[in-house]
Amino acid sequence: MRKLTPNELKKIKEKAVKESDLNESAYTAKVTVHLGTCGIAAGGEEVLRALNEEIEKSKRDNIKVVISACMGMCSSEPNVTVKRMGEDSILYHNIDEEKMRQIFQGHILNGEIQSDYALAKIR
Amino acid sequence: MTENESKPEGKEKKVIPYLDEIPFFSHQRLIVLRNKGIDPEDIDEYIAKDGYQAAAKAILEMTPEQIIYEIKTSGLRGRGGAGFPTGQKWEFANRSEGEIKYVLCNADEGDPGAFMDRSVLEADPHSVLEGMIIAAKAIDAHQGYIYCRAEYPLAIKRLNIAISQAREYGLLGKDIFGSGFDFDLEIYQGAGAFVCGEETALMRSIEGMRGMPRPRPPFPAQQGLWKKPTVLNNVETYANVAQIILNGGEWYASIGTETSKGTKVFALVGTVKNIGLVEVPMGTTLRTLIFDIGGGIPKRKKFKAVQLGGPSGGCVPEAFLDTPIDYESIAKVGAIMGSGGVIVMDNQTCMVDMARFFMDFIQDESCGKCTPCREGTKRMLEILEKITNGEGESSDIELLEELSEMVQDGALCGLGQTGPNPVLSTLRYFRDEYDAHVYEKKCPGKRCPALLKFEVDLDSCTKCGICFKRCPADAIEWKKKEPAYIDKSKCIKCMTCISSCPSDAIF
Repeated sequence: MRKLTPNELKKIKEKAVKESDLNESAYTAKVTVHLGTCGIAAGGEEVLRALNEEIEKSKRDNIKVVISACMGMCSSEPNVTVKRMGEDSILYHNIDEEKMRQIFQGHILNGEIQSDYALAKIR
Repeated sequence: MTENESKPEGKEKKVIPYLDEIPFFSHQRLIVLRNKGIDPEDIDEYIAKDGYQAAAKAILEMTPEQIIYEIKTSGLRGRGGAGFPTGQKWEFANRSEGEIKYVLCNADEGDPGAFMDRSVLEADPHSVLEGMIIAAKAIDAHQGYIYCRAEYPLAIKRLNIAISQAREYGLLGKDIFGSGFDFDLEIYQGAGAFVCGEETALMRSIEGMRGMPRPRPPFPAQQGLWKKPTVLNNVETYANVAQIILNGGEWYASIGTETSKGTKVFALVGTVKNIGLVEVPMGTTLRTLIFDIGGGIPKRKKFKAVQLGGPSGGCVPEAFLDTPIDYESIAKVGAIMGSGGVIVMDNQTCMVDMARFFMDFIQDESCGKCTPCREGTKRMLEILEKITNGEGESSDIELLEELSEMVQDGALCGLGQTGPNPVLSTLRYFRDEYDAHVYEKKCPGKRCPALLKFEVDLDSCTKCGICFKRCPADAIEWKKKEPAYIDKSKCIKCMTCISSCPSDAIF
């Protein structure tokens, strides 16, 4: 157990900000699965499982998976955000297992945005 | 096969808009929901977004009076529904004498259809912890409780992780930041009672007793949990605090209207295209919320009314859609801002049935302590059920109004005092529907099975066959190019055909 000083707090912030920039981290892609209760109720856990299976099969160890919570558009859950290093993030919506695998192969591995399932780009 | 060969020739690639070009997102202003998208189970991600900087500032650089000054300047009002000025509440508690004081968070969120607090707790639990730490410094409290409903297991899980990570870093516990200031908190789980969202009932529940309210004064800021001075605020209220301390009360007060500052999180649900969680500046109109952000009414149906404030609130019809969302303006049209539940209703809604639904909820949740609520809501529910069953009498509506007044005046707590609101509000704007139920035995919204014939109007039927395909009882006969026919001996009155008919042809 530590007792942070304000300076240490700032250092943690600097380190965390740096690591969240893909260019500075060991990861080349980050996939955020939005798992609030709404996402889970819509089938988000199956989507997450499919994603983890695809990553395992691909033997890539530089893809970061983040589990976050509701991003607001509950009616289009499950929602998944994909960011590849140097590119805009893409917010996908109404995702199921099959679409997740397709997005993994097409977008995450090969950089081809699956625009049929995309809701928005994020700068 | 290469990537190029797999694409059909000449297929137009869909243009993907930027997030800030989509009305659902572009109309929002995120303060409470600013951190959606981070990993809520990693405190470092919260710290990356300036997390706990405000707590450090409050504990090390500000006096309690300075903290209270900023909160008062901000104009922040309680987001749980009552809208009491937060700074003033903290000031009362600060001025109360005593070594032992408490900071409580109301995470009971009982309104049907509301999930603002759940989303904040699941997405950004640290923002609530930080708000409570700052409140504790403001009133000199050293112990806190988060009263969270047990029906939110994910929120409780993430809160527990957040609390233990904050303790690991010394942000909760003894001598925070080496300042000599102690503060720690625990979660207390609710046990399924709506009334425990009422502040005095909540405190009794934490004390180990049956959740029942008591008269006030004395107010919790003077005598609350275990009779000690207590600040109780809603999840969303606390989630605003850190930003106010970092950016200043004046910054917060620059957003919103004269009387209602800042932003409000709404759970936009019902018959609206974009169902979800939105945060908008106070003063945004209902029309913008429902049509620009919400995308309007789906399936080519028409807007009828929007229910604000859950079982304590009221409905607002089309004529008042340009009302700006702030505490006073909404109250003027007979509803309340409430905790943020916004239920949009289309023309296939029965307003009498809607009032019955909320009264059923209130009656079920009434703790039973005071006679006006316990007996009054029971009788009101009986009358509403009579009316929706086609047995309404001419004296019923007058009796409903009389009972409403009695329950509002005589009930001990907010549950009873606001319970009649949906009835009064629907009577104010949709009295013709009540009259139709009582005098004509008709349900204009087509939702009350006892008042429907379950027949197909041959003039309106487009012979699409959708009702035939969806009927779970095989009670509909239909052949292509012929109108549908409902066999009443098989019909179970489940309403599926009426809801599915795209031409509104079943009555």
